[in-house]
Amino acid sequence: MIGFSIAVGVFLVLAILLLIFRLHTLVNVMKQSDKKIGSGYNRTNAMLGMVFMVLSLILFFWYSIKNFDIYQIPIASEHGVLTDRMFWITTAITGVVFIITQVLLFYFSYKYQHSSDRRALYFPDNNKLEFIWTVLPAIVLTSLVVYGLIVWNKVMSPAPDNAEIIEIMGYQFAWRVRYPGKDETLGAYDYRKIDATNEFGLDFADRAAFDDFTPRELHLPKGQPVEFRIRARDVIHSVFAPHFRLKMDAVPGMPTRFWFVPTKTTAEMRIETGKPEFNYEIACTEVCGKGHFSMRLLVVVDEPEEYEKWKAEQKPWLSKNPEYLAKVPDNLKELAMVKSQIESTSSIIQESKN
Amino acid sequence: MSSIAVNEHTDQHVEDHAHEHHDNFITKYIFSQDHKTIAKQYLISGIIWALIGGFLSLIFRIQLGFPEAQLEWLRPLMGKWITSSGKLDPEFFLALVTMHGTIMVFFVLTAGLSGTFSNFLIPLQIGARDMASGFMNMLSYWFFFVSSIIMFVSLFIETGPASGGWVIYPPLSALPQAMSGSGLGMTLWLVAMALFIVSTLLGGINYITTIINLRTKGMSFLKMPLTIWSFFLTAIIGLLSFPVLLGAALLLIFDRSFGTSFYLSDIYIAGEALPNMGGSPILFQHLFWFLGHPEVYIVLLPSLGITSEIISTNSRKPIFGYKAMILSMLGITVLSFVVWAHHMFVSGMNPFLGSIFMLLTLIIAVPSSIKVFNYLTTLWKGNIIFTPAMLFSIGLVSFFISGGLTGLHMGNSAIDIQLHDTYFIVAHFHLVMGAAAFFGLLAGVYHWFPKMFGRMMDNKLGYIHFWITFVGVYMIFFPMHYIGIAGFPRRYYSFTNFDAFSTFVDLNAFVSIAAFLTFAAQFLFLFNFFYSIFKGKKAPANPWKANTLEWTTPRIPQHGNWPGEIPSVHRWPYDFSKPGAKEDFIPQNVPLSETPESNLPFEAKIVAEEKKAIKS
Ligand code: HEM
Ligand SMILES: [Cu+2]
Ligand SMILES: [Cu+2]
Repeated sequence: MIGFSIAVGVFLVLAILLLIFRLHTLVNVMKQSDKKIGSGYNRTNAMLGMVFMVLSLILFFWYSIKNFDIYQIPIASEHGVLTDRMFWITTAITGVVFIITQVLLFYFSYKYQHSSDRRALYFPDNNKLEFIWTVLPAIVLTSLVVYGLIVWNKVMSPAPDNAEIIEIMGYQFAWRVRYPGKDETLGAYDYRKIDATNEFGLDFADRAAFDDFTPRELHLPKGQPVEFRIRARDVIHSVFAPHFRLKMDAVPGMPTRFWFVPTKTTAEMRIETGKPEFNYEIACTEVCGKGHFSMRLLVVVDEPEEYEKWKAEQKPWLSKNPEYLAKVPDNLKELAMVKSQIESTSSIIQESKN
Repeated sequence: MSSIAVNEHTDQHVEDHAHEHHDNFITKYIFSQDHKTIAKQYLISGIIWALIGGFLSLIFRIQLGFPEAQLEWLRPLMGKWITSSGKLDPEFFLALVTMHGTIMVFFVLTAGLSGTFSNFLIPLQIGARDMASGFMNMLSYWFFFVSSIIMFVSLFIETGPASGGWVIYPPLSALPQAMSGSGLGMTLWLVAMALFIVSTLLGGINYITTIINLRTKGMSFLKMPLTIWSFFLTAIIGLLSFPVLLGAALLLIFDRSFGTSFYLSDIYIAGEALPNMGGSPILFQHLFWFLGHPEVYIVLLPSLGITSEIISTNSRKPIFGYKAMILSMLGITVLSFVVWAHHMFVSGMNPFLGSIFMLLTLIIAVPSSIKVFNYLTTLWKGNIIFTPAMLFSIGLVSFFISGGLTGLHMGNSAIDIQLHDTYFIVAHFHLVMGAAAFFGLLAGVYHWFPKMFGRMMDNKLGYIHFWITFVGVYMIFFPMHYIGIAGFPRRYYSFTNFDAFSTFVDLNAFVSIAAFLTFAAQFLFLFNFFYSIFKGKKAPANPWKANTLEWTTPRIPQHGNWPGEIPSVHRWPYDFSKPGAKEDFIPQNVPLSETPESNLPFEAKIVAEEKKAIKS
């Protein structure tokens, strides 16, 4: 019933609108008002353009200034300072061009609205003007390109030798991280060795894999270079750490990398943002399926000492999953047990020998 | 067999087109080979697609603006895609986004735009009786039609339509295990797109041959309206880039169905390691964007051409820098093929390649800015008449500026690290390509409606439509810059999982409301359009006092376009407000010898030659 009355209501309103429209048209035909070009509506449209331009510029400045701290999120990496500075310089340049051109667009439209006692200027071309506005943008763009290249090459340069190497692997729908352990070398992996427990596909023929550990959270040392080794297991994902201004796709079959230096610990950020609950996060920015929007990884930036302490507390993956000792070649078993800190487990060795 | 004499300019052919023409309903309105009818078919199809594409975006805007909303009431329409708790299914959210993008880019702004205006205007503006091949032209529409049907059907299948984004990156799009939309939905997407590409190529070849071969007497390349130039270059871009997409799609089909490994390598999914090794997902991205970037100009150039025409006519002033406009379009055409990898700065591609593509990308901004300055100078000291078409053209220039400038951010690889795949890019390309091209389309409809249907659209409804839409588009897309700077990723079902994206709840709601209003305003246009086809005021033959040849045809041009001889061309199309002339416009077919009072010195010199030519 309600549905029906709504339908009738809508129908009536539409019918009335239609009627008004029809009457209006007829009246216009009588008055011949569409014949006059320079009259009312032309001026109204020209005016509306100016009003729109002024109001929206005011709104633009007001909103951009008022909410600056909301959209400009704090920077927590060394290169982030550089790329953000580039962003704002580019924004300033384009902002000036934006305002000049938009103002001219609406101002000219207003100023030169039709009048029957005037003629437009016959002005088909002017080489000098054309030259100026080809060369001017070219110069500005050249400087932006040069500046951009300098920053880009710096950000993408090879990581320093002392960088902490950390692996991040994306899969549907989460991230997993792996640290190289005491030997500071990530062990080899093979996607065919992946199973429900061995999520990374660790290859235990490689001795470097024995002490690798895979915590639930990503810990980073403040002030030290860190290199992410990024890969994906199923489809493409993309590592995005907004506060570090860091983004790099995770591609199955093609490992990628990104290095950077974190500059603020989680604790410092909590003070800076005034949010005691603040946490760094990594998100996924390449659509990867149903759970794309939920691939959250918690990141903790520690003071270097805290970081070393945390690292020392972590147990190698192998020690948590000793049954995988069986996959270690016999001649390396001893070493595997030492490196993975598996104690007095002769029973396990015994078992795996059988 | 069609009996139109395909446009030769010698006298003996005049009688040819006057042949009796036996059309029945089917050959006249359905399997028509007349370029004007085909144009209308494209236009109506485009409008329907635009409504569907827009509607899909409304559904996901509800989700983004009001994540808490109960959507039980959508169940009659969406069935199992509304979960038992009354929410939109996250996977179907991706399907909506994907189909919205695909529909808008390909079906509305490629087929709907080029299909309508290239078909309608090329023969009319260059002075031809029809396209070079009416049959191929008809075929082009019907391939598009079949493609449309397949794409439409895919919306309703059990496993849902393609869902991996309009760029369909494998492995996501290659593996049905990865998401349900990568099953049958993806197959239908690929089939539909293959047919679509065939349609585009058939159309494009036709546009190019027609423009090269069928220009009327006197219509040299440098007397062609900028619309024709833009359609010409657009068709060339399409012809060179679409086959690459077809290739990419074919390889994807092989990977999906025949066990090849072009794009697949080292994959463990759904508890199983796949045998594929040695493929490269990045290869697909290169192939895709080799079409994908030119595609944005395929979408945009026709609109820029249309706008040039309309702005000049309604400023009553020649377009400023006609040759510079052509050169900048040529520049864009060439450069559009060498910037594709700016979509892949953080794909893992070699950073050195990134540097090269950054350089090339920023170069393309030069011809774009030349165009803007030339539009502004055309308005300067004009005598501007605000028809709805003119308003939409000015709106286009405004969007082109706003969206084009942020291209300098995106094109700079160092800045793109943070902005890539966030809402910033969504704001950028919706303004510069989406809204701008759409406004070109609308401007074109308002401007050429009188020639299409012999009647006028209502101006006042047009004004209201313009102002709501113009303000609405800015309200939708401008806020997305802020959201993007804050790092909000695109293609996210909800932002509640992250502390970092917990802000801007109110702004997202605002954007959604603006989207609903703007969409609603389009019904004013629809009403105006269909009402005016039947009841609009009868149009004069040349309602806007324009110069190009289409306005020399009768009120409703029949098969063959001109009842008598095809007019020949004696001047460029932009003789508006020429000093000395009686009227403020001189159509292209008026000989210089008839306008001694307004001829420029160099024109006065060629009058004698022209007289000779007319006599012979
Ligand atoms: C002139 C018309 C233009 C159109 C129609 C256009 C269109 C687009 C579209 C559709 C995308 C989205 C790709 C996606 O889905 O991820 C895009 C991205 C991009 N555009 Fe434009 N664009 C134009 C101008 C420019 C200009 C002038 C520049 C640079 C100077 C530029 C640079 C870029 C870059 C670098 C991206 C990739 C950004 C990313 O993925 O992070 N565009 N553009
Ligand atoms: Cu993802
Ligand atoms: Cu591009």
